[in-house]
Amino acid sequence: MLEESTESEWQSEVKTGTTIIAVEFNGGVVLGSDSRVSAGETVVNRVMNKLSLLHDKIYCALSGSAADAQTIAEMVNYQLDVHSIEIGEDPQVRSAATLVKNISYKYKEELSAHLIVAGWDRRGGGQVFVTLNGLLSRQPFAVGGSGSSYVYGFVDAEYQKGMSKEDCQQFVVNTISLAMSRDGSSGGVAYLVTIDEKGAEEKCILGNELPTFYDQ
Amino acid sequence: MAACMSANRSENAFSANDLVPEWAQEEVSTGTTIMAVEFDGGVVIGADSRTTTGAYIANRVTDKLTPIHDHIFCCRSGSAADTQAVADAVTYQLGFHSIELDEPPLVQTAANLFKQMCYRYREELMAGIIVAGWDKRKGGQVYTVPMGGMIVRQPVSVGGSGSSYIYGFMDSNYKPGMTKEECLHFCTQALTLAMERDGSSGGVARLAAITEDGVERRVVLGNQLPKFSNV
Repeated sequence: MLEESTESEWQSEVKTGTTIIAVEFNGGVVLGSDSRVSAGETVVNRVMNKLSLLHDKIYCALSGSAADAQTIAEMVNYQLDVHSIEIGEDPQVRSAATLVKNISYKYKEELSAHLIVAGWDRRGGGQVFVTLNGLLSRQPFAVGGSGSSYVYGFVDAEYQKGMSKEDCQQFVVNTISLAMSRDGSSGGVAYLVTIDEKGAEEKCILGNELPTFYDQ
Repeated sequence: MAACMSANRSENAFSANDLVPEWAQEEVSTGTTIMAVEFDGGVVIGADSRTTTGAYIANRVTDKLTPIHDHIFCCRSGSAADTQAVADAVTYQLGFHSIELDEPPLVQTAANLFKQMCYRYREELMAGIIVAGWDKRKGGQVYTVPMGGMIVRQPVSVGGSGSSYIYGFMDSNYKPGMTKEECLHFCTQALTLAMERDGSSGGVARLAAITEDGVERRVVLGNQLPKFSNV
């Protein structure tokens, strides 16, 4: 197996060239991602779940270098566990996002990963935070990864304030599907996580069950 | 060692040519959003109106929809000089050909003339062109000739730097069998979304509808562009 692989495959960094999205609704958030991990032209994992748990009701979506993104998520998961024991209750989404931001900013020259942090807490309800390049900003929705360029127009046009949970889920699935059909670095299946007061619900939508559009 | 030294010098704060501002040393580019849609009976084409040299907007009311013949237009993206030169050359060739034929030229002919030039000079040119128009044989047609010089006919096509951002919108909102007004509305929306996201696109939205009866041009000014809920 090793002899068959070409040199270039092992020299390219493993990237989650990706599409990730998170949307707030009244009472929670919906996160979505594709499942493709590439090293150069090869797809090294076609079923990777890029929605990583940071705490019971806080998840983050990974993009960029797979190693960097996973490491940041693991570190923040640990820091949040300690923090939530110290304060004796569930952590705020803003706290999780700040921890991610601190790592992204301090090591911004060495890291190449962008995490979108989203979740539910008692104080603020559903919240989505972007931490690109070490900034911290709360937004009603956020897209990221290489596939996001192709769907900026779509999300700008289709996003409405005050969507219901089901509308948000459909919006996320449509966006991921469109991005996967245009971006070579995104593909596979779509993973969805819906977080509200009751907890987090994970879902996987297979390739043939994704919505199709006019030229497919 | 010598190569390193000269590379460092060019990154100095004081550039060698202080008489000309930095933006004037950049190439003039129609970093752009262009698109074209076929409908039954013709085509609708659209473009933004921004021409940039680096970060300076050299022209904020550019017309990137260039007539090649009575019922054939091209949408230009890439280097402004290259696309103007190619469009002028094709206009001349097509005019001559039309006189020889003694009938209006076909859109496919115009598109292939663009392709021949863009392919032959592919290393020197930076031009992405969409050719669209109406002819008696096949009605409304859109041909895209991106950088590199390939040609393909598509019912709807987008181009330019801003096009990346509206692929998702185009895939989800285009339906075959739209009317002329629906196509105009679709183009206006798509151009607006691209202009909001792409720094190299902006200004006004220029549209044109080409049918058997001729060309109808429209301009949608900045404050009249559709608004989307979160922008």
